[in-house]
Amino acid sequence: MKRAGFVNRWLPMLLLAPQLVIIAIFFYWPAAHALHSSFFLQDPFGFGSTFVGWENYTDLAGNSEYRRIAWFTVLFTCLVTFFSLALALLLAVKADKVIRGARTYRTLIMWVYAVAPPVAGFIGVIMFNQSWGPLTRVFEYFGHDMTLGVNYNDTAFAMVLVSIWKQVPVNFIFFLSGLQSIPKSIREAALIDNRSASGRFWDVTFPLLAPTGFFLLIINITYALFDTFGVIDTLVKGEPGNNPMTLVYKVYVDGFRGNDLGGSSAQSVILMVLVLILTVVQFRLVERRIHYT
Amino acid sequence: MQILKAVAAFGFALAASQTTAQTEITFWHAMGGELGESTNQIAENFNASQNDYRVVPVFKGTYEEALTAGIAAFRAGEQPNILQVFDAGAATVIGAKGATVPVQDLLESNGVDFNIEDYISGVRYFFADSDGKMIGMPFNSSSPIMYYNADALEAAGVTPPETWEEFQSVTAPALKEAGYTALAQSHLPWIFTENFMSRHNLPFATNNNGYDGLDTQILVNNDALKAHFTALTDWQEKGYFEWFGTGWGDNQTPFEEGKVAIWLGSSGSFGGLAAKDLGFEFSATNLPYWETVTTEPTQTFIGGAALFAMSGKSDEENAATAAFFDFLTKPETQYLWHRETGYVPITTAAYELAKADGYYEEAPAAEVGIQQLSLPAGENTAGYRMGFYVQIRDVMNREYGRILTGETSVEDAFANIEKEANDLLSRFARTQG
Repeated sequence: MKRAGFVNRWLPMLLLAPQLVIIAIFFYWPAAHALHSSFFLQDPFGFGSTFVGWENYTDLAGNSEYRRIAWFTVLFTCLVTFFSLALALLLAVKADKVIRGARTYRTLIMWVYAVAPPVAGFIGVIMFNQSWGPLTRVFEYFGHDMTLGVNYNDTAFAMVLVSIWKQVPVNFIFFLSGLQSIPKSIREAALIDNRSASGRFWDVTFPLLAPTGFFLLIINITYALFDTFGVIDTLVKGEPGNNPMTLVYKVYVDGFRGNDLGGSSAQSVILMVLVLILTVVQFRLVERRIHYT
Repeated sequence: MQILKAVAAFGFALAASQTTAQTEITFWHAMGGELGESTNQIAENFNASQNDYRVVPVFKGTYEEALTAGIAAFRAGEQPNILQVFDAGAATVIGAKGATVPVQDLLESNGVDFNIEDYISGVRYFFADSDGKMIGMPFNSSSPIMYYNADALEAAGVTPPETWEEFQSVTAPALKEAGYTALAQSHLPWIFTENFMSRHNLPFATNNNGYDGLDTQILVNNDALKAHFTALTDWQEKGYFEWFGTGWGDNQTPFEEGKVAIWLGSSGSFGGLAAKDLGFEFSATNLPYWETVTTEPTQTFIGGAALFAMSGKSDEENAATAAFFDFLTKPETQYLWHRETGYVPITTAAYELAKADGYYEEAPAAEVGIQQLSLPAGENTAGYRMGFYVQIRDVMNREYGRILTGETSVEDAFANIEKEANDLLSRFARTQG
């Protein structure tokens, strides 16, 4: 078999160049900078700096507050990823069955996608307003005094809820298109073999959705780790206080609020390594068990 | 060729017009909303007052954002002529020697009379170096004061408390009886830590409150402050005190809604409160103090922010900056700013002007901040100078929040603050090496 290829070896390089340049400028260069500054304690204005070796990292390891934030991030990511995937899947399966007014249902579920994270956060601030927030009222009815920005757990709950709400539509769109790409013949065959709807779902539909699900899993973990920044910043109203926060928000708090460049660089390097490990693990372990059609 | 000539002519024209034009300077600030409008007004007044200089104010977000933007711009060589830096950022900007031109030097080298004694006592040294040289021009200066709902206090049959002892034994129980939450406050580190130390003339940090060196240790883990926070939790349990979160507005709103009778806020909050239709009479007075800690309470110091002249600018531009600073300290400018915003006038002359104009007869509460700043001074009332202080405040806010939500004890919280703050201070000291 003859391999298709470029005759000129410079042409493919040239075609790749724009992408490579963008990656180099916006990823490798800042990453190298972050790595470099993580070994220094630096005056914010850039006048003085002291080489401290691994100290910024060991300081973080010994900081109980940083560990607490790391645990919250893990919990937050798990909750947001699980619930936004599960809810979206449920909604997609149900919406797939709707015949009359299907478009309206879908549009209604999808439109939240257009809401920007800070706006979603702001809606959360309003819904959980301490004195007149509608959701605060609901909790009051059940005998719970919901205090956003005061109680750690209440604030954490609001963060998780708003982040899930914001992410469900994206997952919904992908799941729905995944469902619709399952061939009708397979569904009909399954219908003959198994009368139980849930049985059919778990044995046939779910495995066929797995590629979509895997893709969404990565997207959602990344979303929960990084893209929820806007939601968190708005919900804590710019004051970290005793509120929960994620590792990314902590990088911002220390670096951009506190001007501790060395410490926040070390934190961002840690995040970078975590994401790297996560990606490798995901692709190595999970992808092996998934069959793309 | 014709085109080339035209372009060249145009270029010359442009160059010529620039040499004769005004010197333009930029001013980055963090004054949003009504404060921003007043800031723009002052800049416009300055521009209209003379023909040589033009100041262009630019709003850069919150105090933290403005400082970060200024630092990033400085590192890129694109710094503004004037940067507004808030109290907690003072150590950062003053520590970076060479980032700014001390305001005192700037004014003197441009032939503007400068005498630090012209400034009100509580304002003078907060943004000064350890020798007392003024580095930043105090622009929007405020101090924490006690606002009260006069109708509520009347209904409860009490007068505003002078001491915390009076508050807990007389005022608070009566207000609770009358159906009010007695007390709320909007900034625990500023009001109940920094100015708590100043009001009681207690040392806040070693090295002359941090002014004299970098190897500073914070002194928050002391009995007076711990007793105060223990009292707060006690009052919270009894329903005398409520904490609505770290955000400023969350604690001010219940006062405006008439649920909380006494609110500790900024003297700069006066303008905003007066502009609102609150549905009750409000007034203000000095922050209470603990008689068990001191019988001779001292002044508080300023919060708010100062204007710094960034270095690396031409002489003409620095002259423009000096002229603008000179304009800012004029009694008329200060009086306008004071009246519009509620920030205190920073010079004695401006204060005298406001008095002579009869302003305090129509708005007595507007005078409280300045009166409190003019109370007797002590060795610990000038202010503080600590690096990474924004983060130290964040640590305080976090631990205080935990105390008030029952997550930690007063003892543990203060031990934590002391440790983390000292770690941050020693880290900061090494950034300067």
